[in-house]
Amino acid sequence: MPSVLRNEDLKEMLESSKESLKLEAMKRIVGLIAKGKSASELFPAVVKNVASKNIELKKLVYVYLVRYAEEQQDLALLSISTFQRALKDPNQFIRASALRVLSSIRVPIIVPIMMLAIKEAAADLSPYVRKTSAHAIQKLYSLDPDQKEQLIEVIEKLLKDKSTLVAGSVVMAFEEVCPDRIDLIHKNYRKLCNLLVDVEEWGQVVIISMLTRYARTQFTSPWMEVRFDENKAFYDSDSEEKKDQTEAKPYVMDPDHRLLLRNTKPLLQSRNTAVVMAVAQLYWHLAPKHEVSIVTKSLVRLLRSHREVQYIVLQNIATMSIQRKGMFEPFIKSFYVRSTDATHIKTLKLEILTNLANEANISTILREFQTYVKSQDKAFAAATIQAIGRCATNISEVTDTCLNGLVLLLSNRDEAVVAESIVVIKKLLQTQPTQHGDIIKHMAKLFDNVTVPMARASILWLMGEYCEKVPKIAPDVLRKMAKTFTAEEDIVKLQTVNLAAKLYLTNSKQTKLLTQYILNLGKYDQNYDIRDRTRFIRQLIVPNEKSGALSKYARRILLAPKPAPVLESAFKDRDRYQLGTLSHSLNLKATGYQELPDWPAVAPDQSVRNVEIVEPQRIKADLFWVSNVHCPCVCTESGSESEEESSEDSEKTSSDSGKSSSGSEKSSSESESDQKKKKKTKKAQQKKNKPAADRYAEIPAVSGFGSFLPKLEFITIMISFFYDFFFFCQHCLFPQNDSKNPTFRTSGISLFHMSFQVTTSSFGPLKTYELLHHMTGKGLSAKYHFPRQPCLYQPSMVAVQLFFSQTKQISHPKCVSGSDNKKRLEPGASVTVSMGIDFSDSTQAANFQLCTKEDQFSVSIQPAVGELLMPSTMTEQDFCKEQGELLCDSNSVSRNETRCLTHRMFLLSCRFGGRTVSSRALVLLSLELSESSGALLTINTEKSVMASMLLRDLKQALAQA
Amino acid sequence: MIHSLFLINASGDIFLEKHWKSVVSRSVCDYFFEAQERATEPENVPPVIPTPHHYLISVLRHHIYFVAVIQSEVPPLFVIEFLHRVVDTFQDYFGVCTEAAIKDNVVVVYELLEEMLDNGFPLATESNILKELIKPPTILRTMVNTITGSTNVGEQLPTGQLSVVPWRRTGVKYTNNEAYFDVVEEIDAIIDKSGSTITAEIQGVIDACVKLTGMPDLTLSFMNPRLLDDVSFHPCVRFKRWEAERILSFIPPDGNFRLLSYHVSSQNLVAIPVYVKHNITFREGSSQGRFDLTLGPKQTMGKAVESVLVSSQLPRGVLNANLNPSQGTYTFDPVTKLLTWDVGKINPQKLPSLKGTMSLQAGASKPDENPTINIQFKIQQMAISGLKVNRLDMYGEKYKPFKGIKYMTKAGKFQAGLPDKWTLEYIKTELLHKEIRIN
Repeated sequence: MPSVLRNEDLKEMLESSKESLKLEAMKRIVGLIAKGKSASELFPAVVKNVASKNIELKKLVYVYLVRYAEEQQDLALLSISTFQRALKDPNQFIRASALRVLSSIRVPIIVPIMMLAIKEAAADLSPYVRKTSAHAIQKLYSLDPDQKEQLIEVIEKLLKDKSTLVAGSVVMAFEEVCPDRIDLIHKNYRKLCNLLVDVEEWGQVVIISMLTRYARTQFTSPWMEVRFDENKAFYDSDSEEKKDQTEAKPYVMDPDHRLLLRNTKPLLQSRNTAVVMAVAQLYWHLAPKHEVSIVTKSLVRLLRSHREVQYIVLQNIATMSIQRKGMFEPFIKSFYVRSTDATHIKTLKLEILTNLANEANISTILREFQTYVKSQDKAFAAATIQAIGRCATNISEVTDTCLNGLVLLLSNRDEAVVAESIVVIKKLLQTQPTQHGDIIKHMAKLFDNVTVPMARASILWLMGEYCEKVPKIAPDVLRKMAKTFTAEEDIVKLQTVNLAAKLYLTNSKQTKLLTQYILNLGKYDQNYDIRDRTRFIRQLIVPNEKSGALSKYARRILLAPKPAPVLESAFKDRDRYQLGTLSHSLNLKATGYQELPDWPAVAPDQSVRNVEIVEPQRIKADLFWVSNVHCPCVCTESGSESEEESSEDSEKTSSDSGKSSSGSEKSSSESESDQKKKKKTKKAQQKKNKPAADRYAEIPAVSGFGSFLPKLEFITIMISFFYDFFFFCQHCLFPQNDSKNPTFRTSGISLFHMSFQVTTSSFGPLKTYELLHHMTGKGLSAKYHFPRQPCLYQPSMVAVQLFFSQTKQISHPKCVSGSDNKKRLEPGASVTVSMGIDFSDSTQAANFQLCTKEDQFSVSIQPAVGELLMPSTMTEQDFCKEQGELLCDSNSVSRNETRCLTHRMFLLSCRFGGRTVSSRALVLLSLELSESSGALLTINTEKSVMASMLLRDLKQALAQA
Repeated sequence: MIHSLFLINASGDIFLEKHWKSVVSRSVCDYFFEAQERATEPENVPPVIPTPHHYLISVLRHHIYFVAVIQSEVPPLFVIEFLHRVVDTFQDYFGVCTEAAIKDNVVVVYELLEEMLDNGFPLATESNILKELIKPPTILRTMVNTITGSTNVGEQLPTGQLSVVPWRRTGVKYTNNEAYFDVVEEIDAIIDKSGSTITAEIQGVIDACVKLTGMPDLTLSFMNPRLLDDVSFHPCVRFKRWEAERILSFIPPDGNFRLLSYHVSSQNLVAIPVYVKHNITFREGSSQGRFDLTLGPKQTMGKAVESVLVSSQLPRGVLNANLNPSQGTYTFDPVTKLLTWDVGKINPQKLPSLKGTMSLQAGASKPDENPTINIQFKIQQMAISGLKVNRLDMYGEKYKPFKGIKYMTKAGKFQAGLPDKWTLEYIKTELLHKEIRIN
């Protein structure tokens, strides 16, 4: 047994002390796995190397482990501790790959470990690790579906993630685990729409198809008005149609619906065919009828791609072209068949051409078909003849032309073509049975030469059906058939029996004997169908004493006028499946296919998608404190930064900011400002745009430090220190029994839960800054303050509130435009306006102009560094972990320590975790009291400039306290 | 999503298998083999095949079937696109994607497949990211690795994976900074016997080779961007900027990549660079046929038409051809009946022609097919659609790069000589004759 010998060798190599030998052995083993040969005996030897330092060796061991762990569950458990250790590794890549392998090991016993690892990874600082955890969710779910509830919690959490890296994977997990939990999407809907362009292409496909389903449950149909023009059956069910007609309200598209359509449109230009198809189906299922056609060009472009891509795209176009001819008609030439196309591509193109045929283009199409009939590919030629038949029935103008063309084909040299033509002509003649005796006669002449059974059967049927039109020929054909009956195919025999019966009824004088003869032959046929048929016919037509009432009606039964067959597209009912799906492609319901729901008659509550106002939790964050003294206290900090101001148009910037350079930002904001100028309103305009690098170079001195806020009553002791120190604290906390919130240890004795929310700035006085003095403003004065709440327009912006007031009597009242409303300011009146500024985490001032009807005032807003921060919830462990991480990833960390005099401090230590508003960079701050009189203040963040500024300000504040 | 992958060669052997979830027995491929048997040509195997428990989605490239096993609903294009991406990656790594190359590099293939999919969902498909994770095998590196014991596998998370520009790695350095763009257009056309165009379309691509230090931000503008109304972009291109200003603005990937591909459809006026006059006649009862073919340039803006190759599948009845080319050489394969004529460059003063006789099988009836004529050619320094790059600017870096742009036009599926029009009148008169004869 050579393979056993080889296994022994490999085992020896694996157990050697040389890395290179081990690696060589693993490479051979992977070769074995790739060939599908079993290498499971080597498991113990391989698993020993799981902790190898050599990364390639380790990876190959992983490959092996994932492949065989299921077979060798007990041994596989040996490796688990290695992964658990790696999950804590400072290198995110190692953490991620450990999670990948751990979750790929399909051993039920480790489900709890996997669950724990997934939960931890879902809160990891690295988006790559979080992405991996989203993948792990699906793996765990397939291993143990009982974990569903817990996994949904993790999915819910990950859905809130703002990283484009995570979005695709978590939606995939959502689709796999809980596709029906549409409620989890509400809050993330707009975010997903806005992120979509920047998500990696595979994620885009998944998100788009999920959002298609979502939109079908949340918005009303945009197709109502168009309905009356199109008398064709509506896409959806009839019941819905009736409902819509009763309420004739004008349709207004939900802005969220529009948002989805708008944000997916650019993806039609994607190089990834799956993305283009996904967008196309989204438009097909969601867009108003007149907008769907924008996808046409992109779909046609896909036909240039690989053969397999063409196949799928053509299938979808075939379905679309049945309902919406107009969409593809201008591109009809793209569907012309090329001789190099594969047969299934040719057939699909033929299908589409037939669907698109109308009075105007039929002659061109028929000309094309004429070429195809001559094709070497006989199956295709036959399909073309069928297509000609379909065109003939669908377009009455060309019925005769087609019929004539088909008759011409009867003299074709190729038998398959002739046979197919006969079959199609038979169908066509049924639609207009009059005046076609000639054709029937012609076919009777051909009968001797036609050997294809289906064609022979068709001719026989025609003879029988129209025997009165060919009274002389029909009996003769029957005579010939009687001679060859026994040698014919079954289908021909059946039709012979039919013909005999019909002739017996119409012309019994000539054919009585012949019929008897054929019926006798049929009686002893080997095929039971033919025997049955013979017996039935005999009873029906031949009068004898036993025959009942039926024989009286024999003539009416056999010679009843028969409805013409309807020649329909094979793709007619494919539209019950969502386009672009596997089910659509196969025309059968695939496992796991999600039915596309009908539009709701009444749209569900739209406000569920309002994220910013209703529930600030996405942006809000909870601050977390640990201290030896009980001091639960939440802080928001306020932060600010210079640079970009963008009034309310958040979408525009958000979609741009991911990718675009400063150039494009500038353009978008400029166009915005133009619009505003026209309104002659006050406006804020962005002035500067500098590359980020320059920003830090010229950071101005921070003048004032944020306002000091009074804290809660119930920890008064703390307050004197705290509000001096954490000027940014502004929030109250309510003790709550909410287990989801972080736990606080107070005095080391009791545990209780707290929840903090960033709420409005109702607590404590906010420091207000002067923006425009009433003297310089010619009576108009403006002040601003930072409300320290999440910005409504975009999470990366700092909210700023402006107060305008008119102090003097001035003849021209001024207009103030806040978000989108115009207001006139009466003398003595004042108005408050909110705006958001994205300072990009720097304290540089945002300069802009206030425009009144006659004046322009240049003003600037400069934030204190604290205004640029938002609190962030984390547990103590997380805090330490993140802190450790920021310390480890050497280049990205700036760490500042200082000693400051805090002699009046009560607490021994406290921690504060926050994120910068714009880039969501983590800022960790900890204060530790040392034994000596000083305290150690540590700030960990990637933003080194910010850290130093924060440090300086805090020192100052502490010194004052 | 993707459960397993099987690679099957032309002779029907499964030579590689990879599973991302639990193992699927290779017997599932029997359904594929069945379908393969039913299909007459290798290309005719349907891309999607249902089996009782799985679905097989396959692509055929380089005579290898890549068969993915799917267990539940997934957009089929998703899988097809991914499989093609796998093939492209193999080609990128090994130069060719053949059975031998895959077998020789089975470990790298496995490592790649492991990184490209996690649990059946694509993880890293950008070539820049993959190359940081797994270095392509080269002879030099293999030697160095054997000596030093270092590996081909990266230890760090590729920088692109986390950045907003995942297609570009950081820390790129070149001593010579250069950016080359090739505008390559392929013209597909069908021309009938009388020389009028039935359809003509242009498929264009702009392939780039960018070797620039740091994080350059490029903008490429066109003289006539209106031509590009049907385009698809590399993900690096900013959609918004294109929509608003018709400028391509992008941070390029490092190395070779396809910046965009476009399609100028038959609705636009497409210039046809060459014309063909041909006359092929067979007489009833005679064993001789005449063959006469002339090529000429047309609308080439003064550029030479080069590497012209004419091929035609002559009817089965033709035994041999005795032709006389005015330039170049011709071959006729009596077995496959394929006539090829290597013309070379077209001289507008002296048009190339191929004339002569064909001998037919004795007694055979007159061949009823007009053979189609396929033409290949190249035109340097010209994009047939008229597309022209206006300028290329670079922002974000200080140095001056060397910039180059090249245009080329090639024939794609360029066919001439389809049969005459099927005019309806013709049919009607024919029918009339028939009817008379019947009566």
